[in-house]
Amino acid sequence: MSAPSATGSGGPTGPAVPLATETPKAKMSKRQKAKLSRGIQYAILIIIAILLVLFADWPKLIDAFGRVDIAAGMFPEVITMALKNTVIYTFLGFALGLAIALVVALMRLSSVGVYRWLATIYIEFFRGLPALVVFLVMGFGLPVAFDNFNLPQLVIIMIALGLVSSAYMAETIRAGIQAVPKGQVEAARSLGMSSSRAMFTIVLPQAMRIILPPLTNELILLAKDSSLAYILGSSVDGRELAALGRAEIVNTANLTPFIVIALAYLIITIPLSYLSRVLERKYGSADSGVK
Amino acid sequence: MNVPTTSASTSTPIIAIRNLQKSFGENRVLTDISLDVDKGEVVCVIGPSGSGKSTMLRCINTLETPTGGSVVVDGMDMTDLDLDIDAARTRIGMVFQSFNLFAHLTVRENLTIAQTKVLRRSKAEANRAAEANLAKVGLSEKMDAKPGSLSGGQQQRVAIARALSMDPDVMLFDEPTSALDPETVGDVLQVMRNLAEAGMTMVVVTHEMEFARQVADRVLFMDGGVVVEAGPAKEVIGNPQEQRTKDFLSRVLNPGQLG
Ligand SMILES: Nc1ncnc2c1ncn2[C@@H]1O[C@H](COP(=O)(O)OP(=O)(O)O)[C@@H](O)[C@H]1O
Ligand SMILES: [Mg+2]
Repeated sequence: MSAPSATGSGGPTGPAVPLATETPKAKMSKRQKAKLSRGIQYAILIIIAILLVLFADWPKLIDAFGRVDIAAGMFPEVITMALKNTVIYTFLGFALGLAIALVVALMRLSSVGVYRWLATIYIEFFRGLPALVVFLVMGFGLPVAFDNFNLPQLVIIMIALGLVSSAYMAETIRAGIQAVPKGQVEAARSLGMSSSRAMFTIVLPQAMRIILPPLTNELILLAKDSSLAYILGSSVDGRELAALGRAEIVNTANLTPFIVIALAYLIITIPLSYLSRVLERKYGSADSGVK
Repeated sequence: MNVPTTSASTSTPIIAIRNLQKSFGENRVLTDISLDVDKGEVVCVIGPSGSGKSTMLRCINTLETPTGGSVVVDGMDMTDLDLDIDAARTRIGMVFQSFNLFAHLTVRENLTIAQTKVLRRSKAEANRAAEANLAKVGLSEKMDAKPGSLSGGQQQRVAIARALSMDPDVMLFDEPTSALDPETVGDVLQVMRNLAEAGMTMVVVTHEMEFARQVADRVLFMDGGVVVEAGPAKEVIGNPQEQRTKDFLSRVLNPGQLG
């Protein structure tokens, strides 16, 4: 980064200086280089900050994003309705996704080839599909294709989020199950447990330690994906954070709701990522092998 | 090669293996194994690694499904597809080289879970059996420990107690001391000795020649998927007839060269 400026200072100083002094000199130059590079990085930061302060139109910015009266006007609905709905959608989607994922993971590990094959197709299909596409198909594609496809909004959102999250979670669960030593199942079977009892009482509880941290991450992703519910155009009291934010921006012709909504999402996601990190530390970094 | 491996006794054997075959794909691991074990008998199976000892043992409770022949335990045809295999396995205890205690459960839960869930015993009854069997292996004070906090030898003794808690008719041991630190081997062998003296029917795959000589009623030497030599422990170990048995024994009895 700072190579050009440093080359000049480290050159040989002349025939009178013996070889021995050249080494310390070169070292000094290396330290100087590091110092210089750090200096340049700080300088860039300071320049950006100064530019921001000098040239950003602060009154205008605050007027656009930081109107306290508009922010205050969003309460309590932003919490009692929007945040609550985001949490509800996220957990419903997560619960359905987890149920599908467990079935798909067990199918992937089945001894029946057709099950493995179907599960693989399911996973590849939904893992590769953007959440937006799933929402569009669920919300607009299917109602057009089937006349009597008329599910409540909440159910559509739940299914869409469930489908979106299930593929990744299925792979997580499969990896967790496979990480449990085979001897655990053999011991359970030798004691007379059926294969499903061995799975549910012996394998899955042990797989949990590997499964839990990435599942928490998936919950965070899902909380964010739930914002796609707004494209379904929900009823007034069904609005989650993103929908409320959009509506408020239109109503007030101001961007302050953006900031309020962003902060509301962080209320959900920061505790979750903290939880995920706690789980990871407790059970060791177990995300390896899961893609 | 066909060596008579049935005992002289006329009573019906508790384990009857006839012309047992097992292949993994193209790989024929067991060629033709026949073996009768009488009630109360202790049979030790010795042989080089890869000779099919574990596979033979695992065919007895069908952890491996035989590809030919028959295995009858306690009158139950283990290869019969109509047999309730889970119920049949409760009659056959198994102890593994790697202990395989349930890592997420306490010792007590390890000993009671199959009793309550499979045998449908009451909690109190299961606990009584657990306490009695844990005492038998000398680990009563570890009832509420987690397996991870125990030494290898202690874990293996708990595993034996777990199998015994089901009140099996037969116990299978697959190299129960091979994964242990030398100083903990003795405790495990002592537990097995006590079990043999109490009249348990046991099939033990082992490299412990001293144990085999002292405890076994019969010893089977397996190599390449067949029983090469079988007979009373003192004869097979003390005075082997087959060259392959002699070679194996001289290797095993010389320290530092386990087969
Ligand atoms: N599950 C399996 N799949 C494929 N091959 C196996 C399996 N289990 C054992 N084998 C093969 O069977 C042979 C005998 O193995 P094993 O019964 O474990 O021998 P031993 O217990 O005498 O060391 C080995 O060659 C091993 O590779
Ligand atoms: Mg073996």
